[in-house]
Amino acid sequence: MPIRDKHEFKVSFLQVLDEDGRVDKQLEPDLSRDQLLELYRGMVLAREADQRMLRLQRQGRLGTFSPSTGQEAAACGPLLALGKADWLVPAFRELGALLMRGVPFNRVLRFWGGWEEGNVFPGVDRTLPIAVIVGSQIPHAAGLGYAVRHRGEKDTAVLTFFGDGATSEGDFHEGMNFAAVWKAPVVFICQNNQWAISTPLNKQTVSESIAQKGLAYGMPVLQVDGNDALAMYRAAKEALDRARAGDGPTFIEAITYRLMMHTTADDPSKYRAEGEVDQWERRDPLVRFRKYLGSKRLWNAQKEEQLRVEVKQYIDDQVKEYETPIDVKPDIIFDLVRGIAHELIEEQRAEFLHRLNDENEDADA
Amino acid sequence: MPKMTMVQAINLALHQEMSRDESVLVLGQDVGVNEGVFRVTAGLSEAFGESRVIDTPLAESGILGTSIGMALAGLRPVCEMQFSGFSYLMMGQFEGHATRFRTRTMGTYTCPLVVRMPYGGGVRALEHHSESREALYAHLPGAKVVIPSGPRNARALLVAAIRDPDAVVFMEPKRSYRAFREHVPEQEEVMPLGKAQIVQEGTDLTIVSWGAMMRMTLDAASLVASQRGASIEVIDLLSISPMDVSTIIGSVKKTGRCVIVQEAPRFVSISSEIVAQINDKALLYLEAPVKRVTGYDVVTPYFSRETPYFPSPRLIQRGIEQTLDF
Repeated sequence: MPIRDKHEFKVSFLQVLDEDGRVDKQLEPDLSRDQLLELYRGMVLAREADQRMLRLQRQGRLGTFSPSTGQEAAACGPLLALGKADWLVPAFRELGALLMRGVPFNRVLRFWGGWEEGNVFPGVDRTLPIAVIVGSQIPHAAGLGYAVRHRGEKDTAVLTFFGDGATSEGDFHEGMNFAAVWKAPVVFICQNNQWAISTPLNKQTVSESIAQKGLAYGMPVLQVDGNDALAMYRAAKEALDRARAGDGPTFIEAITYRLMMHTTADDPSKYRAEGEVDQWERRDPLVRFRKYLGSKRLWNAQKEEQLRVEVKQYIDDQVKEYETPIDVKPDIIFDLVRGIAHELIEEQRAEFLHRLNDENEDADA
Repeated sequence: MPKMTMVQAINLALHQEMSRDESVLVLGQDVGVNEGVFRVTAGLSEAFGESRVIDTPLAESGILGTSIGMALAGLRPVCEMQFSGFSYLMMGQFEGHATRFRTRTMGTYTCPLVVRMPYGGGVRALEHHSESREALYAHLPGAKVVIPSGPRNARALLVAAIRDPDAVVFMEPKRSYRAFREHVPEQEEVMPLGKAQIVQEGTDLTIVSWGAMMRMTLDAASLVASQRGASIEVIDLLSISPMDVSTIIGSVKKTGRCVIVQEAPRFVSISSEIVAQINDKALLYLEAPVKRVTGYDVVTPYFSRETPYFPSPRLIQRGIEQTLDF
């Protein structure tokens, strides 16, 4: 018996807006003027907020954070397709996604400023906190997907983000596999920004694409120009619709680039060439989208100026709120350990309060 | 109702809780059609269907990670690690998320889930199937760790664990799965988590133990009591974390002598913590050093060498005598 071909697989690539902002009319999604402007505002807000965070961090007013500049389209495009009943399961480089979800910027600042309040999103449901352990949120998305389906929420889907580094983690493979076996309504988006701190993609994997890893789990995959907000919207919309229709999970690989450092604690010049960054700066997702809006006569310099002023004002207000001291008792941490009180925790709370009192007296003396 | 084994009692708790609350579901490897490798999940798939009794892929981190997602969405998953020796693969999910969601989201999200796992030796099992690693889980802030010692408390504690608002590690001493039977009432019985049980009152010496060591400990205690007329108090810890320190301290203040019996290795263990608590709160009541009868700090030997590795009735008896005679 000759060896015969058994299965063939392919990975497709989607781009709707080219690098000069020219749209493929066949693929152009049907979005209203308001939706297009909402998407653009989301990306501008994410960029401006990111740059403000960098300044705050350098001034010592914010802790270490992971900048997302350059990746706005990958994070914001899918959010335009996400409904309120859907779940959002972020990693830590989707600032635009959180802001478009309606999470107030001051909450994001509080997270990176070292306050648990940064994970409490008033009025924003079904949105998990930033996940710091790489890839660990991926099985949560699969479990959420199972749960919403199990509870008969037919129009609900789950959207989760992670980076290229996460695809080496066991939790990525386990989460994808569980979701596929369960036909759970989950959309997995890998923001392949080419670098996991200092580890380039070719040291992370020798697969021809990250997208193909989804094929191994039997789910549809698509590689997308991650700096093309329209393509990201289109891919995510189709995947979310498929999930809601009961057709199971989808894996989207967004090809993008981290224009800044991994976090404010590292210096990318140590591990990557400037020329590479320049090349990707020319593919800036905001510039491309702005050109597209201009070509549709939806945008001009004056509107751009107005938007930037409005966004900066919002950011100023939010920074002010972030820097307003929180009036929460210091022993709150002892309230949150478990749902029931316990003698050892109460003992330590008393010790803690005594210690604070003692140290305050010392400081006053 | 006839007397039940621990396996049957745990099964009863699962049946009753799944009937009572639709949000309770069971997941793990081979828990459905095969009814669990120890038959703990017998009849559940038939009674509640595949969507509530889920045979999962073989991946411990995935099992707990997806359980966390289910819990965040309002379900109450009871997941099974087939053996505790394989549970370390889910430690990242447990430490990183299950124990933390309440604090990190300031109570917005919690993880009401149970991780069941058979643990411990004495059944001549394969490598990695005989360890007692409760201290690994108990060390984590926010974790709850429960170890029943018999059919009746296994049932009542599992019901409490399922209804608990946080993640509970429920470690089942597999040596006790079918070793003896107890009367388990048909009607609902719940024991609160975080409480120890004084199973035998006494005035001369306190013994603290849990899990499979309880039976051996009770035998040794009754032997010493009958031989020497000593009055021995025996505490079944039940809840490893949070620990019922008050009950232990109250007893030690009364007796002035204490022996701790655990199957696990000694170093940085639950017995270490009990000694430290006694040191903090009852040192001046002691008539003798606190004695620990434990496993050794060596890799758990293969089963042909396991018998002298674990505490024995004789070893426990010697520990009691030594502490009485000090």
